[in-house]
Amino acid sequence: MAAAGARGPLVEAVGVGLRIGRHELLSRVDLELSEGEILSLIGPNGAGKTTLVRVLLGILKPTAGRVERRPGLVVGYVPQRLHVDPTLPLSVRRFLTLGGLRRARGRPSAALAEVGALHLERALMSELSGGEFQRVTLARALLRDPDLLILDEPAQGVDFNGQLELYALIERVRDQRGCGVLLVSHDLHVVMAATDRVICLNRHVCCAGRPEAVSRHPEYLNLFGTRAARKVAIYTHEHDHAHDLAGEVVEGDAPQPAEETVPAGRRHAR
Amino acid sequence: MLDDFVLRALLGGIGVAAIAGPLGCFVVWRRMAYFGNALAHSALLGIAVGVLLAVDLTGATVGVCLAFAGVLLLLQRQRQLATDTLLGILAHTALALGLVALSFFETLRVDLSAYLFGDVLAVGAGDLLWILGGDGLVLLALLALWSPLLSAAVSGELAQAEGVAVGAVQAGFLMKVALEETHGMKIVGILLIVSLLIIPAAAARQLARSPEQMALLAALAGALAVALGLAASLAWDTPAGPSIVVAAALLFFLSLAGGALAHRPAA
Repeated sequence: MAAAGARGPLVEAVGVGLRIGRHELLSRVDLELSEGEILSLIGPNGAGKTTLVRVLLGILKPTAGRVERRPGLVVGYVPQRLHVDPTLPLSVRRFLTLGGLRRARGRPSAALAEVGALHLERALMSELSGGEFQRVTLARALLRDPDLLILDEPAQGVDFNGQLELYALIERVRDQRGCGVLLVSHDLHVVMAATDRVICLNRHVCCAGRPEAVSRHPEYLNLFGTRAARKVAIYTHEHDHAHDLAGEVVEGDAPQPAEETVPAGRRHAR
Repeated sequence: MLDDFVLRALLGGIGVAAIAGPLGCFVVWRRMAYFGNALAHSALLGIAVGVLLAVDLTGATVGVCLAFAGVLLLLQRQRQLATDTLLGILAHTALALGLVALSFFETLRVDLSAYLFGDVLAVGAGDLLWILGGDGLVLLALLALWSPLLSAAVSGELAQAEGVAVGAVQAGFLMKVALEETHGMKIVGILLIVSLLIIPAAAARQLARSPEQMALLAALAGALAVALGLAASLAWDTPAGPSIVVAAALLFFLSLAGGALAHRPAA
């Protein structure tokens, strides 16, 4: 599925670092995302996930390393939060076409139907709930026929069933359109099952790998049920280092008595 | 038959209000009323600079307002102090500097109150040319930048991600507000100019169903407020600038009542 294609990756970060004042927000981050690939970016709060997304989008300039986007890359971006002031009378339909559509795919109503939000077409943006907002923003991104879809914490404020539906939708979009997907989540252990690769970020890349299907874990199967098992997967962290309370890397990962009772994968999940 | 000075006041006032309305919509959408106010305060420094350098006062004011917007943009790059704190510092520094500078002139040949409260009935033919010419420029710039401005007002982050040069658009917008306020100063004065930006826009919000409708209605409401205010000023000999603002406020409260009535059956 994740064939890099003849034209190389959609977006690539090499040794990216970002320092604002005395704060090092990102350091030595490598990341690569190709067509048809779903990459889950996970990490605790404050790990720099949204910052990395902004760097990949070109909103922030890295202070070290480089980011390369394929020329002419169209990005569909679904930001974490978006506040439309109630004084701005903007309908959902207008929001979808705002900023022009150079590469529109289908009609606004079709894009809304795809995310199950057709009934919201005439609603005002300032009247939407969090979940509705997310779906409308996703419809707007899809309408632009993106090569790369970036969703920042789309499951936030959505219940578990809503999350499963969202994952099913993202998987369908990837299968039908073959676009790359970058999915940001602060859930450290449960990721979307269709994820090809997981990157765990805590200002630097702590570990990266493939998630394991939930169905292999009978306990989770009991917990989530079979429907969930098809949509979510477990990611086991394998870090070769630990962090102290300030988040700094502790070299060598010397075994400490207190940590031996903690499963390896939980070390970052403070 | 209208006297010439009344006609000039009416033309100048409506010219300013018609542009201030749509521009004010963005000020309201982006919650920048405080910025508008701060910018107006800096205009007094412009007057002082103009007197000091013996150059055209309007030109000097435009220059200082633009410089103010520029300094603010630069200071916003540091992330320690919030924008409203920066604005508070800059605005009052500019106002105080202006007052201090003007106090150095032993015989003040500047009518301070005309700048603070406006003197629309004294708008001369030259002023009118300035106002209408500058207005035309602002209108053209606003039309040209409408779509990116609206995108940035909805979400700067989303607009940036889609390749809108938000920084440049924002700078252009600040310049337009600065230019517009310099014009409006003649009509209602430094202390009241922000009202011409935000009151008509707020009144329009009650009736508008789209951003463009709101901009158009704001222009109409502003023009109507100028006409009503001038009429009241002539009929009852009240100060013209404040009368215009009171008329705009009346329109706003009327629109609130109208909006409440219109929304009642739907609720």
